[in-house]
Amino acid sequence: MHWPGGGMAGIAMHELSLLENVREILEDHAVSQKFSKVTKVTLEIGKLSCIEPDALRFGFDVVMSGSLAENAELTISEIAGLGICQQCGLQVEMETSFDPCPHCGSTLVKIIQGADMKVKDLTVI
Amino acid sequence: MCGICGCSQLGKINKLQPLNRSIHQHSHDHGHHHHDAERLVKVEQDLLSKNNAYAEQNRTYFQQHNIFTLNLVSSPGAGKTTLLVETIKILKDRFPIAVIEGDQQTEHDADRIRATGVPALQINTGRACHLDAHGIGHAIMELGVKANSLLAIENVGNLVCPSSFDLGEAHKIVVLSVTEGDDKPLKYPDMFHAADLMIINKTDLLSYVDFDVDRCVNYAKQVNPGIQIIQLSATKGDNFSAWTNWLAGHVKQELQV
Repeated sequence: MHWPGGGMAGIAMHELSLLENVREILEDHAVSQKFSKVTKVTLEIGKLSCIEPDALRFGFDVVMSGSLAENAELTISEIAGLGICQQCGLQVEMETSFDPCPHCGSTLVKIIQGADMKVKDLTVI
Repeated sequence: MCGICGCSQLGKINKLQPLNRSIHQHSHDHGHHHHDAERLVKVEQDLLSKNNAYAEQNRTYFQQHNIFTLNLVSSPGAGKTTLLVETIKILKDRFPIAVIEGDQQTEHDADRIRATGVPALQINTGRACHLDAHGIGHAIMELGVKANSLLAIENVGNLVCPSSFDLGEAHKIVVLSVTEGDDKPLKYPDMFHAADLMIINKTDLLSYVDFDVDRCVNYAKQVNPGIQIIQLSATKGDNFSAWTNWLAGHVKQELQV
């Protein structure tokens, strides 16, 4: 069984798969929202999501080539990571999902912001 | 047509014909409202929403058919296939087992599984570095996984990408061999965070390598305080029953077999 959808232009990384998902999301919206062209794509990428914004920028043109978002502008807003320490209860800024609490050292920090990666909006014609 | 997702094809073929950026061009310069006026469309949709939806369909299918599914992840060469082969030899008479093998190329791993007498389907992902839930839905149909069985999915050897892609499994299991280094949980934290069980494999080689088991365990618990850990050697059989007992216990609990 071969996998026809995966990988493009000799690059194998999960950002490309995620960009293919972006393309499918905007193709779905093109039908429901009745547009034929996308000129700008805005993504919100949480700092704690396992995704590299630079890799998205790198792959965006390749994946959107031939789609209704060909030549579209890509804007990525990065969302800071925030968590609540389950031990001392303080809200903490997080650089990675696994940062211990800077106040008490506990590794049980619940992420409250920055884990998501989503298509925020599109500018369309 | 696929019985899980209802689609008629495995994947979309990417159209490569370029489109013109502008639908038409104006040479006149009088002011008017352009009839191709741009507008903003709110989307607010997660990038993994499609994969997650397919994963939920798979999960529903597994529940309806009483299939206990594991997603085995590791770097290449950690011993996932050997672990599976030895596990199947011990447990195949207790309940039905089926295997989906993911690799970029070759049928080698599925051949090794089939030699044990259980059905296996090889997925060659080509350039893709992970399995996704849509493809797994098709593989389940093609393989014809029996009800009341264990399904083991051996993901593409890669400690990065498969962590993001839910396949509908009950548990992700990360296999780490002692020849790889004890700091892998810190270097690839997403994967160790996503896993429910870490198997430290090739413990028979511990005396030959600079691998500190305690340090590795501490690192893994640092990124995932709830992770369970089993140390074993799949080739020599050392402590292998800890794993087969874990697995048989879960199968018994989930499938009542």
